[in-house]
Amino acid sequence: MAEVTFLEAIREALFEEMARDERVFVIGEDVGPIGGAFRVTEGLLAEFGDSRVVDTPISESAIIGASIGAAYMGLRPVAELQFIDFITTCFDMITSVAATSRYRTGAGVPMVVRGPCGAGVSGGPFHSANPEAFFLNTAGLKIVEPSTPYDAKGLLKAAIRDDDPVLFFEHKLLYRRLKETLPTEDYVVPIGKAIVRRAGRDLTIVTFGAMVHVALEAAEALAGEGVEAEVLDLRTLAPLDREAILTSVARTSKVIVLHEASRTGGIGGEIAAIIGEEAFPYLDGPVMRVASLDVPVPYSPPLERAFLPNVEKLMAAAKRLIRY
Amino acid sequence: MATSRKTQTAPDRAPSAALTRNQRLELYYYARLTRDIEERVNILHKQGKVTGAVYRSLGQEGESVATAYALRRDDALSPLTRNLGALLTMGVRPLVMFLQYMAKGSSAARGRDLSNHFANIPAPGADAPMLIGPVSPLGDMVAVMSGVALAAKMQKRPLVAMVYVGDGATSTGVFHEAMNFAAVKRVPLVVIAEDNKFAYSTPVRQQMAIAHIDQRADAYGIRHQMVDGNDMVAVYDAAKQAVDAARRGEGPVLLGIDTMRMKGHAAHDDMRYVPADMVETWTKRDPIALYRARLKRDGIAKDAELDEIDRITKAYAESESQLATEAPEPDAATVTRGLFGGDPFVPTSVEIVRSPFADTKAVR
Repeated sequence: MAEVTFLEAIREALFEEMARDERVFVIGEDVGPIGGAFRVTEGLLAEFGDSRVVDTPISESAIIGASIGAAYMGLRPVAELQFIDFITTCFDMITSVAATSRYRTGAGVPMVVRGPCGAGVSGGPFHSANPEAFFLNTAGLKIVEPSTPYDAKGLLKAAIRDDDPVLFFEHKLLYRRLKETLPTEDYVVPIGKAIVRRAGRDLTIVTFGAMVHVALEAAEALAGEGVEAEVLDLRTLAPLDREAILTSVARTSKVIVLHEASRTGGIGGEIAAIIGEEAFPYLDGPVMRVASLDVPVPYSPPLERAFLPNVEKLMAAAKRLIRY
Repeated sequence: MATSRKTQTAPDRAPSAALTRNQRLELYYYARLTRDIEERVNILHKQGKVTGAVYRSLGQEGESVATAYALRRDDALSPLTRNLGALLTMGVRPLVMFLQYMAKGSSAARGRDLSNHFANIPAPGADAPMLIGPVSPLGDMVAVMSGVALAAKMQKRPLVAMVYVGDGATSTGVFHEAMNFAAVKRVPLVVIAEDNKFAYSTPVRQQMAIAHIDQRADAYGIRHQMVDGNDMVAVYDAAKQAVDAARRGEGPVLLGIDTMRMKGHAAHDDMRYVPADMVETWTKRDPIALYRARLKRDGIAKDAELDEIDRITKAYAESESQLATEAPEPDAATVTRGLFGGDPFVPTSVEIVRSPFADTKAVR
């Protein structure tokens, strides 16, 4: 079997789910003839036609609103946001309508909202966002962010088959940099389950998305210095796999939460609070956070490098923590 | 007033010419029932039995009923908080509404949301309406109902989606996005844009710089029309033509409704910002009184027959409110239930009933 990229894995999931279930359709800006700004939906139009590959005006609220309506009608929309940054322009549709619908009225919204997230490519303040924290405080949403091609395909399939709204964030840095040989048979990666990417006894790095690869690189370097770091890939940010987090904390007693979104109000604070409340007796040091700085994402490469977490910043935090 | 812009249809060619006597009386029945239910809700509110705010549709009952009456029973409708009449016309049992107002455990929203914020999603082919309650950020449901209409087109179902929007909400960004989207996609959507003169306290002239609300639609290249919202027959005719055009695949239609909100924004609002002469003028144009006079003038019914309908609707509103009053509150232990699929804690389906005037043979 040929290797596929992270991006191709996402495309395969869309192809296979649309072929498997005629209720599934994609909708978004430029998703048709050109296959989207990143070519994720390339080939779908030729295969499934324009009633299931719906190009739209520039109107994120209408795209998400229409997806919600179509979901009420029994369809399974997969809405693409050209850059996930633009999710702010349809925030109300996602949080007021989609997230509350089942709880308020019993009407579920089986909808996937997917798009490229993340910095590191000099995208500037409006093409680099990691918006998960905007949505963590909204009950009724599931939030997924894969770190490997295998997970990208399996989690997207799970998201499309899910009966509730799923936000699916794809780190654009991974799109063409990662390759993997995937199973030929149909598979899903269940939503809500984290995975240990590297086992270790000295400390746990809780992370997700592109930062998993930063964590693995730092863990290798730390191993050379005699520190065995465990890397826990959350894969799903809502609902959090609390059990996996607490199990790892019980094993290592020291935790760093690593995420690419800015530090203040980020998911790291929530995870630290869960650990503080549920696993305090196990801790041998403070739960530390390594995250982006509290400024908008800057454009120039040296500024962006200073802004983002990286292997050096993570190792510095690990060395501080290990001294406790 | 928008009288100069109303489209004239020859009386014998108008859709209303095909209405049976029972259907004409049914329109009256639903408008009366709407007003009587709201009067009961008002009393219950003063007694402290209604949770939260009460938003009256006094003066707008006629257009709510007559627009929804243009739909088939299995079409889709998304009301605003002042479109109780539209829900009743689609067959929602009054008990459902009283349970909602009183936030009871057996209400359609199970006590989680208010008034008409509930949904009814029947299986395709069922003889029941798809009802999608509003959310309080206004304008949103125009986008959602565009999606309902888009899906109907994709599924090749002959469904029309009707959505209500107020003069205030036509100023929102999502309204523009949704209208443009619906127009480009030519979906079977009928937008009922109600100019009821005030968005809370803001008059229409501070809401838009155009003369009439239906001119919003000029920007989208879709069919639009202004209608006297207090003339139930005119509203029915315009709505039926809009619904028929949408069902024929001619794309979305916007129907501007010229009417007046005769109570404050909610029960607490004394509407001191409304000029007294305006209230006086529109009081003389009460839609139910006008329609009643027309039924008599056209020889459809005499006072005694209409008085009998008034007695029926008043008694019905009272008996249904009594049933709801006796229903239990939600169980606090259910507060976290039903957030995601797979939980059997789901609402019972919304009870759909027929009026005493329902003609089972009519293709409404």
